[in-house]
Amino acid sequence: MTMNNVGRPTAPGAAATASGHTSLTGARGLLQDEPLIFELGGWDKTGVDFDPPDHDAYDLGDLVRTAPIGIPGLSEPETLRHYVRLSQKNHAIDLALYPLGSCTMKHNPRLNEKMARLPGFADLHPLQPQSTAQGALELMDRLAHWLKTLTGMPAVALTPKAGAHGELCGLLCIKAAHEAAGNGDRRRVLVPTSAHGTNPATAAFVGYSVEEIAQTADGRVDLADLEAKLGPDVAAIMVTNPNTCGLFEREIIEIARITHAHGAYFYCDGANFNAIVGRVRPGDLGVDAMHINLHKTFSTPHGGGGPGAGPVVLSEALAPFAPAPWLVHGPDGLELVEEARDQAAQTFGRMCAFQGQMGMFVRAYAYMRSHGSDGLRQVAEDAVLNANYIKAVLSAEMTPAFPDGPCMHEALFDDHWLEGTGVTTLDFAKAMIDEGFHPMTMYFPLVVHGAMLIEPTETESKRELDRFCDALLALARAAKAGDVERFTGAPYLAPLSRLDETMAARKPKLTWRPEHATPLAAE
Amino acid sequence: MRFTKDHEWVEVDGDVATVGITAYAAEQLGDVVFVETPDVGKTVKAGDGFAVVESVKAASDVYAPISGEVVEANAALGDAPETVNAAPEASGWFAKVKLSNPAEVDALMDRHAYEAYLQTL
Repeated sequence: MTMNNVGRPTAPGAAATASGHTSLTGARGLLQDEPLIFELGGWDKTGVDFDPPDHDAYDLGDLVRTAPIGIPGLSEPETLRHYVRLSQKNHAIDLALYPLGSCTMKHNPRLNEKMARLPGFADLHPLQPQSTAQGALELMDRLAHWLKTLTGMPAVALTPKAGAHGELCGLLCIKAAHEAAGNGDRRRVLVPTSAHGTNPATAAFVGYSVEEIAQTADGRVDLADLEAKLGPDVAAIMVTNPNTCGLFEREIIEIARITHAHGAYFYCDGANFNAIVGRVRPGDLGVDAMHINLHKTFSTPHGGGGPGAGPVVLSEALAPFAPAPWLVHGPDGLELVEEARDQAAQTFGRMCAFQGQMGMFVRAYAYMRSHGSDGLRQVAEDAVLNANYIKAVLSAEMTPAFPDGPCMHEALFDDHWLEGTGVTTLDFAKAMIDEGFHPMTMYFPLVVHGAMLIEPTETESKRELDRFCDALLALARAAKAGDVERFTGAPYLAPLSRLDETMAARKPKLTWRPEHATPLAAE
Repeated sequence: MRFTKDHEWVEVDGDVATVGITAYAAEQLGDVVFVETPDVGKTVKAGDGFAVVESVKAASDVYAPISGEVVEANAALGDAPETVNAAPEASGWFAKVKLSNPAEVDALMDRHAYEAYLQTL
């Protein structure tokens, strides 16, 4: 026979079973160790060819630069590779389930992206004549109609750029309304202990003093405590519903009633509107103002993927104080009104230049139209169903913070089940990274010890939820079985291992300084 | 040494009280990364926020357990906030206050009462 004895061996050899192997360069397989861009590019080269200047005389006088500017010089492929390599070390909703319950946490449908890239939307300039942007204005008008209809509120301010900006918009409306009514001496804002940190921060930023409302044992606003703290000096309450414990505030109508009875306004933090959209209209609950995170409820990309957008719906009482600009139907079509022209409008001012996040408006509207009102209702139902599935499955090993009754769109666990294991919530979250999952929200809300807040969203399939739950249950069993090192040293397999957060906070290095680079000689 | 329910301690020497946070508070906060002590000369009232302590977990107000005028702040905490974890009830003190109402000290818990209080938390 003839035999070909060239070719390569196909047995795995020792390398396939070697653990703790490190490369000579710091790379992990084809994932390279990535230096800072300043360490990559020399100061003495540039990836761009500039034409020689027409004249070499400076006309900047004393302002002429005398020291090197220090911008790294890289070619286009070097620059591209740097950022693509960095992106490979990152985690994103397009890679896996993202149970964090904020920002980009659910799938960003590609149809939305296609719509946002239509040149009629993407190539607009905010200063071009309004007569040439009627299609965009109509989209904003239709988006406003959907937001008002879904919330049962008569007005909406589209310009706020995200949740906290929306809170600011709502509270500035409330402040303006009180001042217009001669009630400018109302100085207190009441906020539950489980609130998002932005709520008290917003109230303080507007100039109010903040007081906490106690929480009941079942994780909801303590009505008696709220009533005791309400008074003639209270400007508003800020309540999240469903709240940050993932629970619906059952007494929400009574909360609104007693708040209004004391002459205060009800600001609702609408961060969790995705749990009730299509099922509950906040206007029916007595809400005076609420922001809607388009990037959360209506699936627009955020958190590294794109800017936020937080339109604020307003009640009849607050509508006159809405920020400019707003849309009106004029004789020549839609018009973006930039300033108050009559006495009826008592706008407090404006939140930002121009009209808001147009690209996000297009995506959110595309999401609404592709789902329809029945589809949006199913979004809320599936989000709640998925969270309750996770709560039920994980309760086999972990302790839910509020075991009685269903949760809404997120399942909240405490750390009682880790007691005595030597593993903390932080360690557990770090070990999740090794298993291929982004950690859930940790240590929030503050009212639950060692909190683990899991929001799966409606866009995850049962298969993916099971994969996630199986990983967490396996980790939980490992923690209880005494496999402590798996947790306290985690993550072992991430591009970077456990960081010293204490040292980072105590001795932060906030600026990069060249240590080995050779600067250009001063001219 | 006397204690408050908000986990501050007070030690009186003559008419000056040294104020800090308790070992229990320091442990609960975790690694302290920043301390904002009050300005010398500031007048504080019992129950008012008079310092801020920030740990890897959270930023918390520290309340003045007694009223008076701040006569000294622990400058060493600026560069070494970890002192609060290492020796919360000694070199990790926050400020010294000249008492304007020494009777307020008597209303605070002694160590025995404070430890009993901790058992209830």
